Amino acid sequence: MKSPQILSPQIVASPQVSAAPPPAIAMPALIGLAVLVAIASAMPFVLGNYLLFQATQVLVFAIALLGLNMLTGFNGQISLGHSAFYAIGAYTTAILLDKTDIPYWAAVPMSGVVCLFAGYLFGLPALRLEGLYLALATFALAVATPQLLKFHAFEPWTGGVQGITLVTPDAPPGVKLVSGQWFYFYCLMWTVILCLVAWNLLRGRIGRSLVAIRDHPTAAASMGIDTALYKSMTFGVSAMYTGIAGALGALLTAFVSPDSFPPLLSNTLIVGSVVGGIASISGIFYGAVFIVFVPNVPDFLASHTSWPWLAAGAKAAPWAIYGVFLIFTMYVMPMGMAGVVQIARGWLRRKMAGRGDPTAIKSSVK
Amino acid sequence: MFKRILMATVFASALAVVGARAEDTPGVTKDEIKIGNTEAYSGPASAYGVIGKTESAFFKMINDEGGINGRKVNFISLDDGYSPPKTVEVVRQMLEQDGVAFFFNILGTPPNTAIQKYLNARKVPQLFVATGADKWGNYKDFPWTIGFQPSYRVEARIYARYILKEKPDAKIAILYQNDDFGKDYVAGMKDILGDKYKQMVTEASYETTDATIDSQVVSLQGSGADVLLIAATPKFAAQSIRKVYDIGWKPSLEFLTNVSLSVGAVMKPAGVEKAVGVITSAYGKDPTDPAWKDDPGLNQWRAFMAKYMPGSDLSDANYVYGYGVSLLMVQVLKQCGNDLSRENIMRQATNVKNFDVPTSLPGIRINTSPTNYHPITQMQLQKWDGTTWVRFGEIINGDGGS
Repeated sequence: MKSPQILSPQIVASPQVSAAPPPAIAMPALIGLAVLVAIASAMPFVLGNYLLFQATQVLVFAIALLGLNMLTGFNGQISLGHSAFYAIGAYTTAILLDKTDIPYWAAVPMSGVVCLFAGYLFGLPALRLEGLYLALATFALAVATPQLLKFHAFEPWTGGVQGITLVTPDAPPGVKLVSGQWFYFYCLMWTVILCLVAWNLLRGRIGRSLVAIRDHPTAAASMGIDTALYKSMTFGVSAMYTGIAGALGALLTAFVSPDSFPPLLSNTLIVGSVVGGIASISGIFYGAVFIVFVPNVPDFLASHTSWPWLAAGAKAAPWAIYGVFLIFTMYVMPMGMAGVVQIARGWLRRKMAGRGDPTAIKSSVK
Repeated sequence: MFKRILMATVFASALAVVGARAEDTPGVTKDEIKIGNTEAYSGPASAYGVIGKTESAFFKMINDEGGINGRKVNFISLDDGYSPPKTVEVVRQMLEQDGVAFFFNILGTPPNTAIQKYLNARKVPQLFVATGADKWGNYKDFPWTIGFQPSYRVEARIYARYILKEKPDAKIAILYQNDDFGKDYVAGMKDILGDKYKQMVTEASYETTDATIDSQVVSLQGSGADVLLIAATPKFAAQSIRKVYDIGWKPSLEFLTNVSLSVGAVMKPAGVEKAVGVITSAYGKDPTDPAWKDDPGLNQWRAFMAKYMPGSDLSDANYVYGYGVSLLMVQVLKQCGNDLSRENIMRQATNVKNFDVPTSLPGIRINTSPTNYHPITQMQLQKWDGTTWVRFGEIINGDGGS
């Protein structure tokens, strides 16, 4: 059973953030959440078209990251192939809308179901692989997907290299919202539902089993946990989340093509996951914000700086700037944004609770 | 508390709506016009990034000279990494946030496809796109999108016209890549050969996933064809040329798509002596061609390069491309005069008459009309002599119909 693990899941999954599955939420936290949702609901009326489009992108990526966090963060299975599931979800919705009369609101969950099966099936052989070997196998999936989408036998459905053009859905009759606003709410609805489902899954028996499998598979198995079933199901559910995100992303950009889903997308998702905090639910939002906004920083610098050398550098080497940001982020917050927030909250709580507590004083002195 | 915040936000958004000023054309003021562009500055197609850099430098030159009709050009060119979703994102940013008047020379077929519906629905011009696909000439369905360079289909028509003139009873073999790129060549041949296509032509296709195209070449030779058209991307083009030579097939005319005319990527791998006699086409002046050493047209480009892009690789034809297409853009804006509404910009872009770009081959003129969205339809043939491409014959027109 012991396979050579160069990169053990414990290291990947930074146990400081998630020694245990997320605890049950107390009343004040619930109110806090409600306020967050309310603020999110006000966005479409405050933001301009383009910022709203970016906000919707954040929601879409947040859902994809949630899927990846379940798999990699909670269950310890590394995936560099989630762009494939994102693509399958996107193409399922695109083909359904292009070839059939199925409405978009039904196509999105259908994408989820297709990806659930695809992920489960891929998860079965993946059971034999661990750590870096699984990472490579999933990476192969990511590399193969764009080429398969171009394959000419599938062309009647996929549209080949040309892809499929879609239309972002309009608000249903009677709802006075423009399509961008409506679609934001549609994505927000999915985000809230999927977060609740994930939170419910992860806080109870299932969540504990997943973490147990991650931290010590042998012990978990001897406790009676069906590790094979859990691992392949986690793969399925994770793919479903990412697939739904892909479907929403396809509707948002109103276009899919093989070039839309390069292997780099998988890396982007992993980056978002780790930056946000890989074994957390709240981390997905920080990660998604990073994914959407940081790649634009070089272009922003290039057009808004008065230093010509910086502008020229930003134009010439945008990914170098991205890299600097990434290294900086990892250096300052190795446990991701969620980790930083958790540490800050713990510090605050200690400070508020025990004025006389020596450890509290010590940490405040620090 | 929350209610109050909500009220405040609703009030603020109402203010924002009322406060929005109605202007004639977004991006156009008394002394500026904003133009949007996306380019692959990073990613798989980043070799084309120099086109966007050339255009930025070109508009800087125009501004230094006082702009167009007193207006400076504010050219916003953002990186999309050749990824369609990113194109959608940055195009929306430029249109909805930066407020550009229109888009110019966006690079690549997938990125342009991704935004075509969006821009046409909003009646925003998508001018002179940098791709060779034929579909950018579809003025009926997408009246706000117009192409620039000769499409693959136009190129195939030119070969077909030449074949009909030189060998009217030819038996033609076509080897094409089974995608939109390759199929454009089949369509172009059909345009010219018409009813005779079926009896004159034998087709064979390959997939980009194929390891070799040997069997296709052998079967085409078996058809008894004496004219061959190779519509293949560089790797397969090199294989084809070599195989045709190795099996002793000597077509009297052997055409090669100008996508694959690269000496380094095709001719050398194929074997420079095996490719002797292969014919392709061109519309622009090749900066490495000694014939243009003292050409006034290219010297104009060289002067620009020396002043605005010092240190660049002067053998890269993409710099010439960026310069040429920018000249056309300036011509259209000059024609617009002071009416810079989107409608008029589109009207003038489709009303260019006999415009001569100094970086194009002599005799090639740019023409557009409301029913012709293919600005360049003329090309000249050139033949591989073992060391370089040598132009020959007259300029041939590849416009539609037979």
